[in-house]
Amino acid sequence: MLSIVGLTTDHGHVRALENVSFEVPAGSLTAVIGANGAGKTTLLRTLTGLTKPTSGSAHWHSHDLLSLSTEEGVRHGVAHVPEGRSVVSELTVAENLQLGALWRGKDPDVQIAREEVLSLFPRLRERLSQRADTLSGGERQMLAIARALIARPDLLLLDEPSLGLAPLVVEQIFQTLDRLRKQTGLTVVLVEQNAISALEIADNAVLLSLGKIVISGSASLIAQDTELRHAYLGY
Amino acid sequence: MRERFALNWLRIPSGMRRALLLVLVGWGLLLISDRISEFRVYQGASVATYFVAIVSIVLLTGYSGQVSLGHGALLAIGGYSAALVMQNLHWPFWIAFFAAVFVAALVGALLGVAAARLSGPYLAGTTLAFAVGLPSLANQFSFLGGEQGLPFDIGVAPSRFGENFSPYKWLFWISALFALFAVWLAANLLRGRYGRIWRAVRSDETAAALSGVNVARSKVLAFTVSAGFAGLAGALLCATVSLVTPGGFPLSLSFAILTGAVIGGVRSLVGAVIGAFTLVILPMVADAIAQGASDAVSTNLPAVLTGVLLIATIVISPGGIAESLSHLGRKIALRRQKRI
Amino acid sequence: MQQFVNTLINGASLGSIYSLMALAMILVWRSTRVVNFAQAGQAVLSTYVGLEIHRITHSYPLTLIIAIIFGALFGALVDLLLVRPLMHRVGDGPIAAVAPVIVTLGLLSAIQGFVGLIWGGEYRSFPAALSQNGFKVGLTRIPFSPFDLFILFTTLLVMLAFAYIFQRSGLGLAMRAAAFEPEVARLAGVRVARVRTIGWAFAGGAGALAGALITPTTLLAPNSLDLLLVFGFTAAVLGGLESLVGGVVGGFLLGIGLALVVTYLGSSFTFITAFVVLIAVLLLRPRGLIGQRSVRNA
Ligand SMILES: Nc1ncnc2c1ncn2[C@@H]1O[C@H](COP(=O)(O)OP(=O)(O)OP(=O)(O)O)[C@@H](O)[C@H]1O
Ligand SMILES: [Mg+2]
Repeated sequence: MLSIVGLTTDHGHVRALENVSFEVPAGSLTAVIGANGAGKTTLLRTLTGLTKPTSGSAHWHSHDLLSLSTEEGVRHGVAHVPEGRSVVSELTVAENLQLGALWRGKDPDVQIAREEVLSLFPRLRERLSQRADTLSGGERQMLAIARALIARPDLLLLDEPSLGLAPLVVEQIFQTLDRLRKQTGLTVVLVEQNAISALEIADNAVLLSLGKIVISGSASLIAQDTELRHAYLGY
Repeated sequence: MRERFALNWLRIPSGMRRALLLVLVGWGLLLISDRISEFRVYQGASVATYFVAIVSIVLLTGYSGQVSLGHGALLAIGGYSAALVMQNLHWPFWIAFFAAVFVAALVGALLGVAAARLSGPYLAGTTLAFAVGLPSLANQFSFLGGEQGLPFDIGVAPSRFGENFSPYKWLFWISALFALFAVWLAANLLRGRYGRIWRAVRSDETAAALSGVNVARSKVLAFTVSAGFAGLAGALLCATVSLVTPGGFPLSLSFAILTGAVIGGVRSLVGAVIGAFTLVILPMVADAIAQGASDAVSTNLPAVLTGVLLIATIVISPGGIAESLSHLGRKIALRRQKRI
Repeated sequence: MQQFVNTLINGASLGSIYSLMALAMILVWRSTRVVNFAQAGQAVLSTYVGLEIHRITHSYPLTLIIAIIFGALFGALVDLLLVRPLMHRVGDGPIAAVAPVIVTLGLLSAIQGFVGLIWGGEYRSFPAALSQNGFKVGLTRIPFSPFDLFILFTTLLVMLAFAYIFQRSGLGLAMRAAAFEPEVARLAGVRVARVRTIGWAFAGGAGALAGALITPTTLLAPNSLDLLLVFGFTAAVLGGLESLVGGVVGGFLLGIGLALVVTYLGSSFTFITAFVVLIAVLLLRPRGLIGQRSVRNA
């Protein structure tokens, strides 16, 4: 279980997260939604050590996430796909994949994981020897997710995977997430602007506004709350 | 508050106030020079020389945000120009000083045109290359005197200054005069239109360009002015030894100047004074430490100390001593206010 | 014709040393975004250490190997003790942009001073692996010696090793990822700080080798490698400062170019040529002669 208690993060004078607490049960998918600048990205970056929190705590099972460095977090099964198709442009697709599993060394499971990931995103298999900066935006997003999955994480933090992608591709990615969760017990925190689709596949949801939690709870209940929808989600 | 108003010099216009202050300082320096030993007077001349050189870095790095690791080369150009003018044209020495400023500024303008298009590491490397290579050119042109260099003698004081007016004191007077002139010029420049433009460019090039500043021209100008100051410093430096040689401008000189600027505070003219004193005191400290040790120790210790000080300043207080002092001053003032 | 060929091979052997220095500077630049001007100081120090080893053991292989290992360790230490804390501290202070460069300069000054303090300022000779007398072709002695051959051979070996490490090994992949996209690399589990230190160690080793190979010709003094620093930097800039291959090509071009200048114009033009080339490349082709425009469009 991921449990976050009283998390507060400042960017200089800007308080991006204020006293955020919620829990994500193992094997569930939690959607984090909210307007631009609500603090969603900051939340994920704080969880993986890319941004230092001001106060609060966050634990994944028994691991204190806030005391782990980014690279150690990965070794404890936490994978983070940040905003904006984060791949290494100068490396090939194959090398980007290899990079994701580098820390696992010669573990024979790496090959298996690689095959699985490639069958999830067959498009990548055709592009293995291409440089990542020659990929289309959607392919890059696939590569970024594949790079995270090849490490066989237990907890996957996804920041706006749908950004700028065709609806069909978004659909495909969300389905993949859903399947992975059911097959492998992967726990997912999904940050999304696209609230409708996110709430559809999520078990729980957290609604952020100006760094604070407005409401958290069952995704279907939040999706049904017309007042909330009007006030914060704009549909 | 009222006190400060009174201190505002009885409402003399600020430009005039600065000039007056300088005259006072100059007068004080002259009085002091009468009461200290010859060696101290000589060191005073060195302080003045380093001060001019450091002001040159303050203008360039502190205000216009460009780095030069090779100011020693510009000093060399100043020194050689002054010596050549004296030797070949037999003009009075003070014209030689202006020639030094002029030629160095000219070279600086050329460098500045290139520098304005270079960023951080590239500019640093290019200026470093300049400093490594330029002095060796002197060996290759006979009119520059080769390894022996050229004489550069500013002579002795005119007889009306009296019998006891030593050459060192004469040197000190000249250096101090030029240093005061330099600080007056720099202060006015920095408070004026160009100072504002440089600051704007330094803090955000794009924003400055958007608000109509010609960024490239402002950078070239900064380099030119800075080089002019460096040329003056070079001529003064050569005057202290009455000689210009390629060996007089080693890389370590460039480092020393930069160190002085950084230690004092690369954005402050007061810092430049602190830096200049540091550069003169450093070898004395080294001598004191190396007492009785071999020659190798005493000649190389200053370089070690320079390097260590440079690193320590950047790590401990990147704004230099001047900034630390002003922080301290503000803190004390705040505390006093609270008490009242 | 004979003279032209001689000049070429001579230039290649010099150029290979410049390449090594360029490699050192590029390795550090890519991983840390700092041009390490202390590289010359580090190389001088390791060369003096080599000299001491030679005095004690009289063994050239030991001298070379220990100098390289020392250079690598020292490079790693510079990163660990100086650069890493500095990067944490400086952040966005008043001279944040120039602080790292100034620190490497301070280090150069400190090392050169320290070396002078221990070993004195006078020039010393340094052993060469093989004879420095030119080979005989027919009755004439050409200016290409067995030692030149050794230099070429050794540097090519080192470059092949680097190429293998960077293109084929996991460590190389981690180093490339950490250089281009540190945050992505960290998210992929690469221990970026450690990888960066390894980069500094490689650079220190390459610089040490460059110092040990050029010193038999230039003699050894605290600042005897300043010119190598300038030429290494020029070579790195020729190659665009980002690419290891570019740095190697830049080094050879510069070495051969300067050798041609010495042969046909005279040695007094070496420095002017290098300086003009440096400025010209920076102004006309800031990405280097062979640097390519990055395809990145995101
Ligand atoms: N490095 C930073 N420095 C200063 N302020 C920052 C920084 N990063 C984020 N912020 C501020 O913190 C707030 C939260 O930003 P965050 O990126 O977490 O929002 P978000 O919910 O991810 O928005 P979006 O949906 O647009 O991605 C914003 O007001 C933003 O301006
Ligand atoms: Mg975001």
